[in-house]
Amino acid sequence: MADLADLTVATAGERLATGEASAADLLDAVIRRASLTEAELHCYVTIDHDGARRAAEESDHRRSRSESRGPLDGIPLALKDNFCTRGLETTCSSQILSGYRPPYDSTVVARLRDGGAVIVGKTNLDEFAMGSSTENSAFGPTRNPWNPERVPGGSSGGSAAAVAAGSALAAFGSDTGGSIRQPAALCGVVGFKPTYGLVSRFGLVAFSSSFDQIGPLARSVADALTLFEAVAGHDPLDATSYPGTVPEARPSLETGVKDVRIGLVRELSGEGYEPAVTAATNDMVAQLEASGAIVSEVSLPSFAIALSAYYLIAPAEVSANLARFDGVRYGLRVTGETVEEMMARTRAEGFGPEATRRILLGTYALSAGYYDAFYGQAQRVRTKLINELANVFEQVDVLVSPASPTTAFELGAKTQDPLAMYLTDVCTIPANLAGTPAISIPVGLDADGLPIGFQVMGPALGEARLFQVAAEVERLATFDHRPEILAAAGDRL
Amino acid sequence: MPVEIDIAHVARLARLALSEEELSTYRSQLGVILEHAAKVQSVPTEGLEPTAHPLGLLNGFREDLVRPSLDRDEVLAAAPDSADGYFVVPPALEG
Amino acid sequence: MTDWEPVVGIEVHVELKTASKMFCGCAVSFGEDPNTNICPVCLGLPGALPVANAAALESIVRIGLALHCQIAPQSVFHRKNYFYADLPKNFQVSQFDSPVAINGWLDINLDGTSNRVGIERAHMEEDTGKSLHQGGGGRIHSATSTRLDFNRSGVPLVEIVSRPDLRSAAEARAYAQDLRALIAELDVSDARMEEGSIRFDANVSVRPVGAGELGTKVEIKNMNSFRSLERAVASEIERQIALLEGGSRVIQETRHWDEEAGSTRSMRTKEGSSDYRYFTEPDLLPLVFAADTVDRLHSDLPELPADRRSRFEGMGVAAGTARVLAMTDPELRRIFTEAVAAGSDPMTTAIWVTGELTAVLRKTPSSKVAGVGLAGLLAMVKEGKLSSSAAKEVLTEMVASGDEASVVAERLDLLLVSDTNAIEAAVTEVLAAQPHAVARYRSGEEKVIGFLVGLVMRSTGGKADPKLVNETLRRQLVG
Ligand SMILES: [Mg+2]
Ligand SMILES: [Zn+2]
Repeated sequence: MADLADLTVATAGERLATGEASAADLLDAVIRRASLTEAELHCYVTIDHDGARRAAEESDHRRSRSESRGPLDGIPLALKDNFCTRGLETTCSSQILSGYRPPYDSTVVARLRDGGAVIVGKTNLDEFAMGSSTENSAFGPTRNPWNPERVPGGSSGGSAAAVAAGSALAAFGSDTGGSIRQPAALCGVVGFKPTYGLVSRFGLVAFSSSFDQIGPLARSVADALTLFEAVAGHDPLDATSYPGTVPEARPSLETGVKDVRIGLVRELSGEGYEPAVTAATNDMVAQLEASGAIVSEVSLPSFAIALSAYYLIAPAEVSANLARFDGVRYGLRVTGETVEEMMARTRAEGFGPEATRRILLGTYALSAGYYDAFYGQAQRVRTKLINELANVFEQVDVLVSPASPTTAFELGAKTQDPLAMYLTDVCTIPANLAGTPAISIPVGLDADGLPIGFQVMGPALGEARLFQVAAEVERLATFDHRPEILAAAGDRL
Repeated sequence: MPVEIDIAHVARLARLALSEEELSTYRSQLGVILEHAAKVQSVPTEGLEPTAHPLGLLNGFREDLVRPSLDRDEVLAAAPDSADGYFVVPPALEG
Repeated sequence: MTDWEPVVGIEVHVELKTASKMFCGCAVSFGEDPNTNICPVCLGLPGALPVANAAALESIVRIGLALHCQIAPQSVFHRKNYFYADLPKNFQVSQFDSPVAINGWLDINLDGTSNRVGIERAHMEEDTGKSLHQGGGGRIHSATSTRLDFNRSGVPLVEIVSRPDLRSAAEARAYAQDLRALIAELDVSDARMEEGSIRFDANVSVRPVGAGELGTKVEIKNMNSFRSLERAVASEIERQIALLEGGSRVIQETRHWDEEAGSTRSMRTKEGSSDYRYFTEPDLLPLVFAADTVDRLHSDLPELPADRRSRFEGMGVAAGTARVLAMTDPELRRIFTEAVAAGSDPMTTAIWVTGELTAVLRKTPSSKVAGVGLAGLLAMVKEGKLSSSAAKEVLTEMVASGDEASVVAERLDLLLVSDTNAIEAAVTEVLAAQPHAVARYRSGEEKVIGFLVGLVMRSTGGKADPKLVNETLRRQLVG
């Protein structure tokens, strides 16, 4: 492998350690890759050339004095543009925050900076992380490196595509209903959503507070774990962050799956699932069984209703979380005669259609007379799903399913039909409702050469088991395909 | 089950100045989504408490300690309008 | 003609004086430059998250316990959604159907009668920022722009809601005063009405006497003293009765008290304010107070004004005076307690402490006066060594110098002459000089005695004990 931009974090770390490459070299490689791919893919909203350059130089300087700070020191990473970065534009791909520079760093960003990571820039997303295709960006869509006519998934589509394309070695995203795992699946990378509360949400621009969780997108399961470890752990600035110790998952990467009880989720198959996806899933389950896992099919009836509950609870939280964007203290202002008029105009112009739709949906679901039938009932359904999962995890150690019912679909295919777009999250949403960890690993390509993601779900704080199985899936899949765009780019290098 | 939506009222609650045309588009889209979402109503949930927090954690307080505030100039620099250390907005219509 | 019964309930917002704000580490302090105590959390910046202040929660539990409330085993924060420029997130973190404290009471005292007022709830919330309306004389309706200061945004607030148990404007005032005294006693707030650290809103309705149902209620706001609270409630009661007697209806609304006009006026309603779309605040966890924590806070409560009032009444202090004394400055109460311990009569002492001593100390703050000193002064009055008016003069000087009453009285030459011989002589002399008056007295014109007392007092330079003079005169006149 010639290009530093295609290394895993682990390999790049080795190169840095041996002196074969510097942080500046790694940064040069990803910037060069970006210069070749960005015009077509549009992974980034902002590339922070100066900041990244400075961070890489500092990292190299530290390394020359043997003061290196760990596995991410000098590694060029991308951040979804809904992480607050002090002084660096944070737009959430929304007109309403265009040009906004936060006066503070999110906890994750602070921890990454402390660890010496080089933040290349901020990646594109569906506006305020609402969407499954990264088409709902005020700054234009991101395209899938495997086929630029296709979407990268979303909402962390920019991060997923950047990792797939080599314009970052790894990235962070946020997962509210599948926004890390679904784009990871569609872009052929690993995407991990940790147990709710293991990674601080402080400074992540809130979409749906009780679902949002930050996690990595990477080229290997081990890289995903490395990124997770770098940012996980209690944060006194986030009351919902888990106060106990972070589960130790690294030792289980190598243990294999002998006698691990694996449940294949019946509800996440059948109608609406592409045959290639189903086949790849079943094939991987068979391989796991051959590796010694004890496989059974399990049923979680509430998974069938999870999407409905999600599309009431998440918009309700959105309607309040996005109320602060009003033109008063920051961001866009559209003038008006009165402050009320100013706010209403600013919000109408500043939010795109999907954000507007969800704000309206959530406002309705919470409003007098409808609360109990919609929001209240959705929260009780959430309880039911959590109880079902707890029962199932008495019988199996992990659950497996496709990460997405389809491979990457064409741009524009679902933009006119919001419900059809929502249905693409059907595999990923249950883990958000329950706050449980889940990971997507690429396991193959369909007939069109598009990646297929395999999902492993664990119980809350069950990260060790999750990574144990994910590592085995990765070994069995031997997914070493490369997007064609890179082959082409490679020729030009 | 068709869902009844006073979309203009909802938009007012959400402080969104939408045109008649936009309102009517959103009303029909919300109708479709809510019909799907209304499936939650068919799930028997007697005796179940609503879940607001997935992990069931409690309290999470902080000690009563003062931390440094933000630099006012940096904050006001991001504001659409400010004067003499204040944020400035058009006059309020409502008390 | 119908007799009307007013029904009043009071909502109180108390700003707590914690070091930091409710959900962030910004300082709670007043009168600073605008927007200097702000951070991502209290400014509602994207991505910021609240974390609840343990000290503020301890304060609300203490308030709840002092109001004899149940402390909920588990309570929850909610988001109350409405758009307002000085509300940074456009929702207020508050508590809806699961407040920290419920079902308590406060015994208030008005004109000597005690009255139990039910407390529905006390809940925790956060304050808003401040709007300054520019132009148009600071009035909302004619302002040309609004300036916003978020220093107050996120200051912890406890809202205390009474049941509609008050039946007059005077009762409303007494409730507000007694509640303020309780808050001051707990030392959880500056509790200053003028500065807005304690704010009272009143819900007022009227109904025909004997009616079971409540009338339509009107909420009145913007009262910044106890006096204006009483006036506002009285004026609103009058307005409602006039409406009903004129055959009109009362409209449910919020009205502003206009101090200058002396009346309430309708506020423009916030659009959609009737639908706050409360839901559980997902960024904050449910609150659970351990039973032993609650027990400890309960046993650590100071003596509360209402209990203290009963204690003073038990000592023989009249109800009205006991109420004033119970709510007065702790220093004055210490003097009272010491004086009584040194043998002074509690009622007399209470009158002096709440009256003259309070007045003197307000003029000349001093720490030089001790309870024993006051006891000494009161003993001199009782023993006839000092007249009441002279005693006031002595007290002023005692406060200034710290000297004992007897020393001061002597220095100011205010001691009464209680030398019987001297008074006998003075009386004899006066009677001899006034044969006409003596004759009138003896013919039954008793009031002449006053004239004669005056003459004796004058001849003794005002220092004779008037009681003794009176007795001596009567004896000699008879004899
Ligand atoms: Mg309130
Ligand atoms: Zn603050």
